[in-house]
Amino acid sequence: MGIDLAFDDHGVYSFAYLDEMTKRMIRRAILKAVAVPGYQVPFGSREMPLPPGWGTGGLQVTASLLGREDMLKVIDQGADDTTNAISIRRFFARVAGVATTERTGEATVIQTRHRIPERALTEDQIIVFQQPQPEPLRRFIPHEVVARKLHAFAQYGVMYVRLYEDISRLGHVAMSSDYPVIVNGRYLASPSPIPKFDNPKLHRSRALALFGAGRERRIHAIPPFTDVKSLDFVDHPFTVQHFESCCSLCGAQDSYLDEILLDDGGRRAFVCSDTAYCAEQRGERTKS
Amino acid sequence: MITSIKGGEAAIAASHRLLAKRRRGDPAIANLSVGQIREQLSLAVDRVMSEGSLYDPELAALAIKQAEGDLVEAIYLLRAFRTTLTRFGHAEPIDTAAMIVRRRIATTHKDVPGGQLLGPTYDYTHRMLDIALMGEAGHENLSDLTGEREAEDELENTAADADAVASALRRDCGVLARTDLVEPALSEAHGKVADITRAPVMFPSRRDERLQSLARGDEGFLMGLCYSTMRGYGRSHPFIAELRYGDATVVLTVPELDISVGIGAVRLTECQTVHLTSRDDSVPPRYTRGYGLVLGHGERKAISMAMLDRTLRSAELGETVAYPAQDDEFVLSHCDSVAASGLVQHLKLPHYVDFQAELQLLSQMRADYAKRRAEPGFKTADPATITETLGGD
Repeated sequence: MGIDLAFDDHGVYSFAYLDEMTKRMIRRAILKAVAVPGYQVPFGSREMPLPPGWGTGGLQVTASLLGREDMLKVIDQGADDTTNAISIRRFFARVAGVATTERTGEATVIQTRHRIPERALTEDQIIVFQQPQPEPLRRFIPHEVVARKLHAFAQYGVMYVRLYEDISRLGHVAMSSDYPVIVNGRYLASPSPIPKFDNPKLHRSRALALFGAGRERRIHAIPPFTDVKSLDFVDHPFTVQHFESCCSLCGAQDSYLDEILLDDGGRRAFVCSDTAYCAEQRGERTKS
Repeated sequence: MITSIKGGEAAIAASHRLLAKRRRGDPAIANLSVGQIREQLSLAVDRVMSEGSLYDPELAALAIKQAEGDLVEAIYLLRAFRTTLTRFGHAEPIDTAAMIVRRRIATTHKDVPGGQLLGPTYDYTHRMLDIALMGEAGHENLSDLTGEREAEDELENTAADADAVASALRRDCGVLARTDLVEPALSEAHGKVADITRAPVMFPSRRDERLQSLARGDEGFLMGLCYSTMRGYGRSHPFIAELRYGDATVVLTVPELDISVGIGAVRLTECQTVHLTSRDDSVPPRYTRGYGLVLGHGERKAISMAMLDRTLRSAELGETVAYPAQDDEFVLSHCDSVAASGLVQHLKLPHYVDFQAELQLLSQMRADYAKRRAEPGFKTADPATITETLGGD
């Protein structure tokens, strides 16, 4: 597309697109979110040049975090090369002029949709999640007013009842992604629609995790080294997905796998969803 | 002196002249041609054709011009024309498997047989005003794309390549080909298909009636309902198994001659969704389908349609019907923009008689109220307790 407004210091837009006052407002929301882990902080979400529901919450959080020295990585479904990840990465390269990378270890800020990288994150990194629905109770309680009261009193019985009903009806909990967690022993929170495979990575993670929900105008956070407990019962402990196969490209047995359909006759293969991890396992150099 | 307003006829004539003047705008600026609308506002044309239920880009462009860009008005113009057309037959079901695909995505897998084809889409544009378009439009050199398409067309004429494309893109490919996981599509031998333009929809509705109503339903209304099911009023988040945009041939079987002839091609958007469904205990948990098909390029509408097709099957699939989007009477009775716009705007009509009648009723109610109020022991309900009772938590 031939879209090319001027993006320099004298141009129409600020560094990283948002104006400085907006960034300050978002940073304040982030600070509050970090101070009260798992609590959904309302913020004045703005219209962004990408559609709501496509990562505008993450986009605004990232825009407020980025400095000129940052190294940004953007993934969608674990991969650096998916269209939306490319679009967001190009957006920040253009409006902030920051360096981008595909290597997980090199990035200082990682914006993600639906995955946490396989490689363990460090205290020098911030992971920003794009979150469609920050309210874990929404699936039972459409009304915001009621849900907020339940959070205030930490009344999470309705979620445990759902788990119990699943177990009694099906023998297991029928939630495979966006599996609810209790953060810091207090707030019930949504980890965004990551597969539950990734939930354990949030527990006492060295990296700060920020969740931006643009359409719903909420930010919540899991600070480094915070307890994150996936809901379960003593006699039905939380479990994660296991794969029968390994990655057909790198042979990894410890990564989350994507199914590839080879034909309509049912021939399938599996590959790592985390493309950077897969390349690393194969000893390939990814783009920096 | 009392005067009753007369002279409606002159007022209407003057109003129409004012419309014509506003439609033309500043005479110093070139008149907008129907051809320009057809070619350069093609998505507006597509929406008018889709909700107007008539595939004719030229007439849709004319309607847009005549309605000064008010698409709901343009849709009405096209519908009003459509109703005058003779029905000379029913086409065969369109074979979307044989579609000449301009865009095709599957979201369940990164790689699917037949491949992902991004095609023309605003999805990955950054929504920033393009100042360059303010100037002389059309300066961008796009000749490489034209060349590519001609080359492609040539390729399609060679039998081998055409077969490759055709075999890769069947009706049900990708996850839809997983017959073990996905419910089968209904066979075509399903009986006579309803025609909602000739016979009214009777509730509870049939699926063919629902699909026809949704296909001409208002994009904004359908999308809003669809959004409500995703946000919390109906827990629904399906996968788009297949989204295609391209050209499909319309085939008509001439009964007198008993031969099938292609009578033209229409540009279509087709969306197929899959929804995890486990309520019905007579079958194993599986994916059920939603189907959306609209004239022209209208992905927002096709997706909304597919999702509503599925939510409207809630009762059939043993789910509790609790939300507006699951209620066929609610959705189908209110999704038509022509009907909705008509009734909403009828409020502009004179209501002198009705208002006078209501005024009399009101004065009687007020007199009764004054009488009750004067009686000893009169109590008003406390508004706070009313809210509390309604809140219910």
